[in-house]
Amino acid sequence: MSPLHIKKGSTKHSAYNLRPTFSDHEETHTIAVLVDNEAGVLARVIGLFSGRGYNIESLTVAEVDHQGHLSRITIVTRGTPQVIEQIKAQLGRIVPVHEVHDLTVEGSSVERELALLKVAGNGDKRVEALRLADIFRAHVVDSTLESFVFQITGTPDKIDAFADLMRPLGLVEVARTGVAALSRGA
Amino acid sequence: MTRQMTGAKMVVQALKDQGVDTVFGYPGGAVLPIYDEIFQQNGIKHILVRHEQGAVHAAEGYARSTGKPGVCLVTSGPGATNAVTGLTDALLDSIPIVVLTGQVPTFMIGSDAFQEADTVGITRPCTKHNWLVKDTDKLSAKIHEAFHVATSGRPGPVLIDIPKDVQFASGTYTPPAKTPTGHYQPQVKGDMETITELVEAIEKAERPVFYTGGGVINSGPGASQLLRELVDATGFPITSTLMGLGAYPASGKGWLGMLGMHGLYEANLAMHGCDLMINVGARFDDRITGRIDAFSPKSRKAHIDIDPSSINKVIRVDMPIIGDVGHVLEDILKVWKARGRKVNSEGLSKWWTQIEKWKKVDCLKFKQEGPTIRPQYALSRLEELTKSHDRYICTEVGQHQMWAAQYLGFEDPNRWMTSGGLGTMGYGTPASIGVQIAHPESLVINVAGEASWLMNMQEMGTAVQYRLPVKQFILNNERLGMVRQWQELLHGERYSHSWSEALPDFVKLAEAFGAKGIYCDNPADLDDAIMEMINYDGPVIFDCVVEKHENCFPMIPSGEPHNKMLLGEASTKDAIGKSGAVLV
Ligand SMILES: Cc1cc2nc3c(=O)[nH]c(=O)nc-3n(C[C@H](O)[C@H](O)[C@H](O)COP(=O)(O)OP(=O)(O)OC[C@H]3O[C@@H](n4cnc5c(N)ncnc54)[C@H](O)[C@@H]3O)c2cc1C
Ligand SMILES: Cc1ncc(C[n+]2csc(CCOP(=O)(O)OP(=O)(O)O)c2C)c(N)n1
Repeated sequence: MSPLHIKKGSTKHSAYNLRPTFSDHEETHTIAVLVDNEAGVLARVIGLFSGRGYNIESLTVAEVDHQGHLSRITIVTRGTPQVIEQIKAQLGRIVPVHEVHDLTVEGSSVERELALLKVAGNGDKRVEALRLADIFRAHVVDSTLESFVFQITGTPDKIDAFADLMRPLGLVEVARTGVAALSRGA
Repeated sequence: MTRQMTGAKMVVQALKDQGVDTVFGYPGGAVLPIYDEIFQQNGIKHILVRHEQGAVHAAEGYARSTGKPGVCLVTSGPGATNAVTGLTDALLDSIPIVVLTGQVPTFMIGSDAFQEADTVGITRPCTKHNWLVKDTDKLSAKIHEAFHVATSGRPGPVLIDIPKDVQFASGTYTPPAKTPTGHYQPQVKGDMETITELVEAIEKAERPVFYTGGGVINSGPGASQLLRELVDATGFPITSTLMGLGAYPASGKGWLGMLGMHGLYEANLAMHGCDLMINVGARFDDRITGRIDAFSPKSRKAHIDIDPSSINKVIRVDMPIIGDVGHVLEDILKVWKARGRKVNSEGLSKWWTQIEKWKKVDCLKFKQEGPTIRPQYALSRLEELTKSHDRYICTEVGQHQMWAAQYLGFEDPNRWMTSGGLGTMGYGTPASIGVQIAHPESLVINVAGEASWLMNMQEMGTAVQYRLPVKQFILNNERLGMVRQWQELLHGERYSHSWSEALPDFVKLAEAFGAKGIYCDNPADLDDAIMEMINYDGPVIFDCVVEKHENCFPMIPSGEPHNKMLLGEASTKDAIGKSGAVLV
């Protein structure tokens, strides 16, 4: 017999609640990762996110230092503060990763995304699309008598807003680059 | 000094320059050039296993018992995929191993060539890092880098995939000293401010406890030495995870025994009731914490770990110290001594009085009566009859593993090889072979369950071939005992497929392998049988027939906190709630 008098039956608590002492509030963070541009490095980063169940809202990657063979991966992710901390620590463990920066907390930063939107239509809708594009500083990079392709740069929110406006005006297709981000100042 | 040579020769040269004396491997088409080089030299001994999984576990046993990285060589395709379980095992237990795989020639990669598998793709999530080397000129540098990555920071398995044409081609060999090891240089010194904060906490604590883990073993024998000094000088109690056994001696005065799901009563209650928890190289595994929101509710927690991702992963800590256990303990001792070696003696003596009360519960007590051997008795006798030997213990996975952790005492680090994180049945036999290779004169025992043991029993062939006197001590309950125990506690005693049916005659099996078989089912004969096993100069399979329905206690049911421990049979009915039942 247990001297502790174990209660029988189930406990009411969720069993392995891993995060009771941390905030449950989810935040969006933009993380910049400097990596050796070697085979498989992107697979490592993506595999980390899928394997550990983290979110990727946006991901961009390109070589930024040709001599040093370094690529910059910019990831926008969502999670509780504890998950965000884990993501950064886990990224830091990947051997070809040189630096991990959380642009959301390390001072202010600028974020830009580029999108191409194809809008088809004629008559009033076509005129209205052009007028709105002008307000959003989107450029026409291709046009036919029935369609435009707009190029717009800005924050993801701005692109979302533009795409929402274009939808009733004949939005057919969208291609987005994902976010590129840099910290402000020297 | 640079030299021209073939890729295959480079492999052997690089291994020699890395101080490798033993490679565990299995040949095949894609590694034949390397095998040809191995044939033509004497510096490196190759151990031919019977299955590539065995090669990796043997390398793990070698690594854990020596502190040096273990090395494997296997072929492409099925050779590589057979290594995956071992790689995952080494990843979860932080064991440094270097696995070399052959690959189809570079010009055939991607063509579904014979025995082609995407080895770096398959092993990416189960290695610390891996490389596909397509250029012979880079091969030696990559091998040196692989050893660096495997052994520095948090150790782990690495893999190098070498296409066959790269093995045949000639290139320039780069010796290790001149090889830049790259930017991968984990931090080993801890932050002095936090260390000082911890020392202040040590000075004041009324109910402190050291909670130590595999990281102490990883850090090397020096770290264990420093740990002993600190524990004994402060007079604090100390418990350890399964992976950390031996870092502090079982005979030491601060020792509380293992903690966790099958840990000791006093260890778990000390963790639950402490006001200062000092985690040294352990990772708050779920076998330890039980229910997170009820884990050690009143303590301030310090955590020394070399891997930043271990910090705050599961449990929020107050004093995170990122660094190597040895370095950090050295600094803690320095600061603590410089400040006058203070502890809260009054608080401590009350704390020990409480702990002594918990110890009196004597949670491991059992009675050996009747004609059947109880597994606890078998292990107590094994302990008694072997503890004075120069002894290494391996285990398989299951109840016997937990009993071994409970009833055997470890006085030194690197003497205990077990699969903790992955819980790989089939680990123990090959691991015992790796240990025996590294310590030919020592007594190496694999404490096994019959079901686990069957998973890699082919390695008995390896033991016999290389005259390795490993002792396979099988606690035969004719059950998948740990599974059966969970079915009893959780699934209404419906024992679905947890029987070991159609078991072989282990004595005949031993003889068929050319080993010695010993059978014992009588408590009165046990001592003699164990002595016969110890004294036999060669590999032994010991079929120790034990009580079939024994359960392993203490046990913290899944989803319960430390102070909700089951100590014996009577209290087990419905002890695991619905929310606990979904957990493993
Ligand atoms: C059937 C079964 C039952 C089990 N029951 C229990 C149980 O009751 N109790 C128990 O304890 N375990 C039990 N285990 C084992 C458990 O699953 C874990 O493997 C174990 O608890 C982890 O041990 P650890 O925390 O010491 O971490 P390890 O896996 O050994 O990890 C070591 C930690 O130390 C860090 N580290 C590594 N090197 C260094 C260094 N040089 N300096 C600083 N830090 C370093 C690492 O980053 C890591 O965080 C059981 C396993 C099985 C299969
Ligand atoms: C490869 C593998 N498959 C399945 C399991 C699940 N499992 C854990 S313990 C156990 C039973 C082990 O039985 P045995 O080796 O006889 O040891 P006992 O528990 O009876 O001492 C099983 C099936 C595992 N840990 N590893």
